[in-house]
Amino acid sequence: MTSDTTGPAPTTDAAGPADAVSCTGLAYAFGRTRAVDGLDLSVRQGEVFGLLGPNGAGKTTAIRCITTLLPVPAGMVRVFGHDTAGDRMAVRRLLGYVPQQLSADSGLTGRENVALFARVFDVPRRERAARVAQALAAVGLADAADRLAGTYSGGMVRRLELAQALVSAPRLLILDEPTIGLDPIARTGVWEHINAVRAVTGMTVLVTTHYMDEADQYCDRVGLMHRGRIRALGTPGELRQGLGARRRAEGAPATDTPPTLEDVFRDVAGSGLDEKSGDFRDVRSTRRTAHRVG
Amino acid sequence: MCAVELQKLRHDRTELYTRAVQPALWLLIFGQTFTRIKAIPTGGVPYIDYLAPGIIAQSAMFIAIFYGIQIIWERDAGILNKLLVTPTPRSALITGKAFAAGVKALIQAVVVVLIAALLGVALTWNPVKLLGVAAAVILASAFFSCLSMTIAGIVLSRDRLMGIGQAITMPLFFGSNALYPVAVMPGWLQAVSKVNPLSYQVDALRGLLLGTPAHLAADFGVLLVASALGITAASCLLGRLAR
Ligand SMILES: Nc1ncnc2c1ncn2[C@@H]1O[C@H](COP(=O)(O)OP(=O)(O)OP(=O)(O)O)[C@@H](O)[C@H]1O
Ligand SMILES: [Mg+2]
Repeated sequence: MTSDTTGPAPTTDAAGPADAVSCTGLAYAFGRTRAVDGLDLSVRQGEVFGLLGPNGAGKTTAIRCITTLLPVPAGMVRVFGHDTAGDRMAVRRLLGYVPQQLSADSGLTGRENVALFARVFDVPRRERAARVAQALAAVGLADAADRLAGTYSGGMVRRLELAQALVSAPRLLILDEPTIGLDPIARTGVWEHINAVRAVTGMTVLVTTHYMDEADQYCDRVGLMHRGRIRALGTPGELRQGLGARRRAEGAPATDTPPTLEDVFRDVAGSGLDEKSGDFRDVRSTRRTAHRVG
Repeated sequence: MCAVELQKLRHDRTELYTRAVQPALWLLIFGQTFTRIKAIPTGGVPYIDYLAPGIIAQSAMFIAIFYGIQIIWERDAGILNKLLVTPTPRSALITGKAFAAGVKALIQAVVVVLIAALLGVALTWNPVKLLGVAAAVILASAFFSCLSMTIAGIVLSRDRLMGIGQAITMPLFFGSNALYPVAVMPGWLQAVSKVNPLSYQVDALRGLLLGTPAHLAADFGVLLVASALGITAASCLLGRLAR
């Protein structure tokens, strides 16, 4: 079962609010590489949605389309009902984004890093100092706020980036592998901070991760992506039980240990770790992040 | 954006000091030597006086040209991506950078003016003229930083930008009136100088600082138009860097 996450259960009926993110037939190609290839996805308001998949599945590319960094035709991506092609500014106002690589400015202090984002998100001048301090405190960096970010450890940089993304009080927080390269305590720390903010604001979270235990524990729903498309979608519990049921139908003994989310991942992606996915570029970029964090 | 650059400068001042070395050397070695040789027709002013405004312009340009490399570095570090996902318009990001370049160049200009004064160059201390000098330095730096960021938006990689940067800064510098009057240049170089904003900047600086004949209206007109064009071009291409 999904373990408890804070925040109200998402309400979704047909007449309800627009999905936080909806992608229909999203496609994006780098030259001849079809990085995202017909992605259909909807993230409901208030939930934590985990986008999983092997290296090169197209997770980062999909996220960069949703954040308006990559241009896509109208009608493919909507964020809270705003089309990313036509209504970019409205989309950007609603987003907090932490990219896959570490991206704090090492020449500025933690506080200045966050203040920069308060400024570019038009946080009113009078509220700025307080909001910055609040965001830093929310991720446990109040004491280190006036040190240069270049002196932070990887876990601290990740939390600083979280503060940068949170200072504008986004309705949708997009995190691309927020816990890569972090030790288990730092990982738990990052998630606790995210959930604490969620409990207060009810913000929606779209996250990618390679840690299946993390997805199982913290995500309300997950989508397993492979070769640019969603191949399995549901709550972690549904996906595990679905695979278990299928295995039994195929004649596996009932005494078998029930499948984990990792088994589901292997089932979807395992067959396909061949030419296309997991190519050198992906592994390299992931390693680089891990290296910079470590 | 501008404020951020200055915060960084406050944390790490080495850049300020190291950048002051080169113009000082130019003035000391090149300036003093050529003052003695008297090989360059400067219209009656000592060569080192003639050179000082050129060196202000040169050091400002070298600072500004670095901005393209910096923006590619920020792209590689993921900083630019995050800024591009905010509601701040691209033109505001670019303008901020352009003015940061201007302010840095201005600090540099103050240093050069002080060095020149120590070397006995007779500069004006008229505050209105000095304000004009500041404006010329800021506008020209805005143009050159935007030129560099525009090229960054076209070539997208640091290596290519470094090559191109070097390939254009030298002709821009030597194809200007920074070191010698346009009249001594061969015809084709005079043509380069005509379309080179650096020449207009130097002309304005010389007119204001030394009181030599200058075409201030034309100079500031060219600098204004050039920096406006530069900001527009760089803003349009900024998004390409994040793809
Ligand atoms: N800027 C780019 N230029 C060319 N190809 C790219 C670019 N970015 C990504 N790709 C290709 O697109 C495909 C999907 O990459 P993407 O980064 O979206 O995968 P990912 O699921 O995020 O992988 P990872 O788990 O390693 O982060 C890969 O084949 C990759 O090589
Ligand atoms: Mg990725």
